[in-house]
Amino acid sequence: MHALAIRNLVKTYANGVRALDGIDLAVAEGDFFALLGPNGAGKTTAIGIVTSLVNKTSGQVEVFGHSLDTDLAAAKSCLGVVPQEINLNQFDQLDNIVANQAGFYGVPRSEARRRAQEVLEQMQLWDRRDDIARNLSGGMKRRLMIARALVHKPRLLILDEPTAGVDIEIRRSMWEFLREINEQGTTIILTTHYLEEAEKLCRHVGIIDHGKIVANDRMTSILMKLHREIFVLTTREPVVALPLFDEFDVTLLNENELQVEITRNQDLNGLFRMLSGAGISVISMRNKSNRLEEVFFRLTERGGEKQAVQPIAARAS
Amino acid sequence: MNLQGQLISLGTLGNKEIQRVMRIWVQTLVPPAITMTLYFLIFGTLIGRRIGQMAGFDYMEYIAPGLILMSVITNSYGNVVSSFFSAKYNRHLEEMLVAPMPNWVIVVGHMVGGMVRGLLVGLVVTGIALFFTRLPVHNLFIAVSVIILTSAVFSLGGLINAIFARKFDDVSIIPSFVLAPLTYLGGVFYSVSLLPEFAQQLSLLNPILYMVNAFRFGVLGVSDINIWVAYLIILAFLGGLFTLSLVLIHRGVGIRD
Repeated sequence: MHALAIRNLVKTYANGVRALDGIDLAVAEGDFFALLGPNGAGKTTAIGIVTSLVNKTSGQVEVFGHSLDTDLAAAKSCLGVVPQEINLNQFDQLDNIVANQAGFYGVPRSEARRRAQEVLEQMQLWDRRDDIARNLSGGMKRRLMIARALVHKPRLLILDEPTAGVDIEIRRSMWEFLREINEQGTTIILTTHYLEEAEKLCRHVGIIDHGKIVANDRMTSILMKLHREIFVLTTREPVVALPLFDEFDVTLLNENELQVEITRNQDLNGLFRMLSGAGISVISMRNKSNRLEEVFFRLTERGGEKQAVQPIAARAS
Repeated sequence: MNLQGQLISLGTLGNKEIQRVMRIWVQTLVPPAITMTLYFLIFGTLIGRRIGQMAGFDYMEYIAPGLILMSVITNSYGNVVSSFFSAKYNRHLEEMLVAPMPNWVIVVGHMVGGMVRGLLVGLVVTGIALFFTRLPVHNLFIAVSVIILTSAVFSLGGLINAIFARKFDDVSIIPSFVLAPLTYLGGVFYSVSLLPEFAQQLSLLNPILYMVNAFRFGVLGVSDINIWVAYLIILAFLGGLFTLSLVLIHRGVGIRD
């Protein structure tokens, strides 16, 4: 069964903006799915429709087989949502915010209190339970929204930019936590601008641009679509003059760093053989930019670059 | 969501709204107490003494039920309009919109908050009134039922105002330009029988006139209008505004894009 199935979803706002132009999307139960796209591409609109915060113009949405049109309450019961913008009652206490949310899902008060403690402890916010939301830092507010979204034990958790404005330490602990609950069976859909985050966490990825899905595949398959990758190699000894490499496009960035462009029909073994032959010893190697970021740019930017990855878009449609 | 779950969500929302009233009691309960004390002092004691009797009662005694009901109307309306609009404005209304609680729970939960504040204020103002005059209570059932129903009607009015409001100014427009004139012209301070015939007929279009007179009948036993017509009109407004609230929330007017 799909955790989320979207068919031909269209949203046209009152001002005439067509935010979603007939998207189809299916997220399998248990998946960790990244929904990516530039600002204004339609991600938040799609999530808004799934979570009943935005009215759709047409199309169908099902959450674990429950249609939003015919079985809305059951669909909502399966969903937890962490929105992009802070939507907390700033003057309410943390434990009330979370326990009330459980109550809105029909969880009895005593059980709601118990669950509120559980999720606030998981989010390391229990010590602040008597504080009001307004007094929390940005990172804490994000964690509070995650606690609130989890208190009714949703089967599908949707996080819209959950780590925006969060420091590295908290971001990494959030990643760890999300991985953990995903392993325990919660399906997760994540939108993020940190593509490293999506690449690290997600197994499938959908890319949305101008209200259309332009890619929808396994993360590994998406990354395989990169026709070339650029690596930066650090050498043990300074390289004074760069030997000529016929097969590889190598440039000297500085005396200890080389940049190499590798196409899909080349392999790294050949490169290292040539470097060894030239007496260059490599001590480390990294991608010049995030691989998913490369794919993302190619799929979403205008002009000739997009043509290079047309097969992905064509397959997705 | 089954009925038990729906009732739990209603209890949660109702409790949340009541907690809000209590948490900000300095804003919700104290100001009407001060305002009404001034009304009783100035209109009742100072001016009322010169007016003499109205409908066979001291002026102070005559206006007391209207002043109590006026404070209930203002506070029931004000509570829901500010609570719902701030939830909408700060987006924590989304907590309810994403949850499986049915629309009637959202409507009734907010209405309960408005009623609790309105009736608490009504109780406080009644206590103040008793310092200045006596309230004989002609028919307790009528007095209590009218004040509860009126409170519910104006709580729903506040909810509908908040649903349509897009900015903070919109929250005060209806209370200032519609509610206040209707209340002051609704027979709180006078009997409509004192008005010329044309003004009397015009006053009959004012729903607050029926509520004030029905409540005054419950307390003093005098009314300018038929008590059963008053009940009919109050119940019609209650049903109409409740249905309208449900339709607006179902359609997402003002709360969903």
